[in-house]
Amino acid sequence: MSRPELTAPAEYFYDAAEAKKYTASSRVIEIQERLTERALELLNFPRDDVPRFLLDVGCGSGLSGDRLTELGHHWVGVDISRGMLNHAVEREVEGDVFESDIGHGVPFRPGVFDGCVSISAIQWLCNADKSEHDPRKRLKAFFSQTYRCLKRGAKCAFQFYPENARQAEMIASSALRVGFSGGLVVDYPNSTRAKKYFLVLAAGPPDSMPTAKTDEANDYANAKQDVVGRGGGKNKFKHNNNNNSEFGLGVKKKRKGDKHARTIYVGSKSHPEGKGKAWVMKKKKQMRNRGVQVANDSKYTGRKRKERF
Amino acid sequence: MSLSFGVFLRTQKVTKRLVKTTNIRGVLQRCAYTYTSKMRLLAHNMLACNVKGVVNGYPLTIHATKIETNESEFNGNFIVHMLGKLDWGAFLKACKEVNASEDLPEEIPSRDAFGTEEEQYEMFLRKVHHALLEVTVVEGHLECPESGRKFPIENTIPNMLLNEDEV
Repeated sequence: MSRPELTAPAEYFYDAAEAKKYTASSRVIEIQERLTERALELLNFPRDDVPRFLLDVGCGSGLSGDRLTELGHHWVGVDISRGMLNHAVEREVEGDVFESDIGHGVPFRPGVFDGCVSISAIQWLCNADKSEHDPRKRLKAFFSQTYRCLKRGAKCAFQFYPENARQAEMIASSALRVGFSGGLVVDYPNSTRAKKYFLVLAAGPPDSMPTAKTDEANDYANAKQDVVGRGGGKNKFKHNNNNNSEFGLGVKKKRKGDKHARTIYVGSKSHPEGKGKAWVMKKKKQMRNRGVQVANDSKYTGRKRKERF
Repeated sequence: MSLSFGVFLRTQKVTKRLVKTTNIRGVLQRCAYTYTSKMRLLAHNMLACNVKGVVNGYPLTIHATKIETNESEFNGNFIVHMLGKLDWGAFLKACKEVNASEDLPEEIPSRDAFGTEEEQYEMFLRKVHHALLEVTVVEGHLECPESGRKFPIENTIPNMLLNEDEV
């Protein structure tokens, strides 16, 4: 599948002709509608019929916005492509649209939006189309300013097409670094075509993560979610630690903040008396089993040397 | 839908272009909403200048050369919801700039102030609705109160793009 991100910057790629083509395609319309619906589902608003005030990042010609309007919400959109926006105005969409580069942030005052959606847009942030562009800086500017203009506790659902796992990780970690909590929800992870990445974030304390849809039946309840976030990694580490201490080899400790996460033995400190005869015998047996020549056992094995002076 | 499709299309003045470019379902969906186009005071109320170094780039001053008024569906719930978010002072200022102020009070009146007079309250909400969602700036520019940076509005779309040295 071709990636438009690799052909030209968004503002040039989506010119008037491309905008028209894009918006006239019934396949695109259907996909956009379905993704918007899913994104809104992930935002998980209480069912109280109050229209929410949403930000649509990368609104384009307003296909996603149309769906938001139909579902009873009010939206404001930003996009970098003038061609797409002109087309949106021509189509007379309900929301207000602004021409803005999300890599420079979003031009809104703090705490105004009840939520934020984005359909197939934020992967564009990873492009460096101009010499001044640094994807990490652009991601940071976008996420930090989006965080600011959201109401506390408001959620975002960003659907995007990462080029590879590293890019998905980079986008997710940039979001977490500016204070968002949440992670990736991958719908239909086992299907190549239907697989969709949603970055679901909460500006403030998260209530609960939504569940990803899968092809399998419900009895795989635990395997349902594919969450790449910080929590998962930490738990794994804890688990490993327990394993090590159960092993009778002294205590392994991981230094905090160590870049290379070296494992160091602190056995000498915790065993000032030495590890004892049993430990030495066990090690010797292990080495013998591996075929290494070791000294014969005797009554002196594992004994401490006499202090000379 | 009780209307026949033909009558429905005629009443909504759907152009041939729309029929051509969208599928039938899309046309029907479009008909269900009143036509409006953009940069209205609601969005303006949320807009702030995000040029680097600007501390208080709010509210942006509107210099409009062309203003339109389009009808839009009234939703009381939404207006009440938005009253909590609006910066009332900035809203009144913007109303004056686009000549949309219709004797709106200096401060947001509480629901209790109207007591049992439901109609009065709805009248107030409708006034706010008109200024917020029906008045559209088509051409002109926005100006940052602190840096004086101008953001042009063309075809109802404000251009908020920044130069690299403003980020």
